[in-house]
Amino acid sequence: MRYAYYPGCSLERNAAAYDESFRLVAEVLGMELVEIPDWNCCGATEYFSLDLLPAYALVARNLALVPEDLDQVVAPCSACYYNLLKTDKNMAAYPKLASAVNESLAAGKLHYTPGRVRSRHALDVILEDFSLEDLAAHVEKPLRGIRLAAYYGCVTVRPMGHDDPEYPIRMERLLKALGATVVEFSLRANCCGGHMTQLDAETAYEMLHYLLRNAAKLDVDALVTACPMCQLNLDAYQGQVNSHFGTDFHIPILYFTQVMGLAFGIDPDALGFGQEIVSAERVLEKFRNPPEEEEKKPRRKRRDKDALPMPEPLSGGGR
Amino acid sequence: MTEETQHTFLDEVTTIPGGERLRTCIQCGTCGGSCPSGPAMDYTPREIFALIMAGERERVLKSNTFWFCVSCYYCTIRCPQEIPITDIMYQLKRLAIKAGYYRASITNFSETFVGQIETYGRSFELGLATAHYLRYHPIESVRMSPLMLGMVTRGRMAFRPKRIRGIRPLRAILRKAKELGGEW
Ligand code: SF4
Ligand code: SF4
Repeated sequence: MRYAYYPGCSLERNAAAYDESFRLVAEVLGMELVEIPDWNCCGATEYFSLDLLPAYALVARNLALVPEDLDQVVAPCSACYYNLLKTDKNMAAYPKLASAVNESLAAGKLHYTPGRVRSRHALDVILEDFSLEDLAAHVEKPLRGIRLAAYYGCVTVRPMGHDDPEYPIRMERLLKALGATVVEFSLRANCCGGHMTQLDAETAYEMLHYLLRNAAKLDVDALVTACPMCQLNLDAYQGQVNSHFGTDFHIPILYFTQVMGLAFGIDPDALGFGQEIVSAERVLEKFRNPPEEEEKKPRRKRRDKDALPMPEPLSGGGR
Repeated sequence: MTEETQHTFLDEVTTIPGGERLRTCIQCGTCGGSCPSGPAMDYTPREIFALIMAGERERVLKSNTFWFCVSCYYCTIRCPQEIPITDIMYQLKRLAIKAGYYRASITNFSETFVGQIETYGRSFELGLATAHYLRYHPIESVRMSPLMLGMVTRGRMAFRPKRIRGIRPLRAILRKAKELGGEW
């Protein structure tokens, strides 16, 4: 399958590990990624705060540059993904906006017809275009005994995601298929604070501390993310949070494509291991020397026969 | 405050797609209760909507509420009235800039970032805007330096974004878009 690829500015540098690992995993899966020629920054959340039409035009230039023979673009960065999707959807819903965007694009000899390109997050592409069985079939070295929790952040799943917007479950399923011990993180769709570190460090550290404090209780070997902003905030600012709150968190923050690559038997260096600030060496150590036996969970005690009856759980899902 | 000005401010806020729904706010407080930056805000989202309804233009636009919105979309998906709250927060940012009510250090972060895009077509790392830090937080920057150093030694920090080839046409597109302007 062929996809237009929009790496975005973060993946060029600070999140190079995400770019490298995604490309390698895509290759194993037989996905052909065609990088959008001369793509530009999507404007993150900043341009939309200043001026609306240039913000849309900036994003639309990338959609216009998607080669004619491709009808979908994959973006690993959640902010990029959401901007591409939002621009396409709003242009389709508001023809007046579409014509103003196209009038602007014409100044650069470009044009974009809304609906031509479907914008997709890398996580959605992998979990929608491949079944869990397909993915498991590529696993050469299962991540046995490695305790992982997924952390999605916000716009990966909200407001236009493909999973539950509050309690997503896709990444957990993927990690399980890779053989890891999956721990559910109840704050997995909470916000990492985005660019708050640049606006008000105190508030940003509070938000990060809340996430790290609760993740630490799970005793995980690493948190697994699908967004460069989440990775950056939780990884690069973990030390700041520690010195601010007198804590001692050491939670490695990895990209889901890095752990996929590991299970697929790809060399950790090539997957960008070592680029994280909070070292993931512990994960690699466990990976190289998996525990002999999966630790057996003690069986839950059966209910006392004389206890009062419990209410029946709701059927058909509450939400 | 006259009836007329009250309506004008609400009208100004609701011009964005779906913005009209703001008129159906029932003040339930779900938004404020969901907001991760609520405690740092001068007014919670619910309060800000009450102030908008009351036509308190200046109080609203001078507040820090929307600048502290981190775009997490919790409020938007939870609002029982399906009000596009996050988009309204963006709209308030734009209105505050237009009205000249804003804190330089905050909007300048956005402006520095946008300035990079207009110069290079690509940006610095959003969360590590070095230029911005050095300009507005010299002391904080010193405290940040181990972080910066860590990023640099791991090859994760650029001091200048890459320049795209089509920077001229991109500038022409942005110029045209600014010229067209308008409310969306
Ligand atoms: S959640 Fe919606 S209806 Fe409730 S106070 Fe907030 S904006 Fe109003
Ligand atoms: S989108 Fe903004 S206003 Fe809404 S809950 Fe998140 S931070 Fe608060």
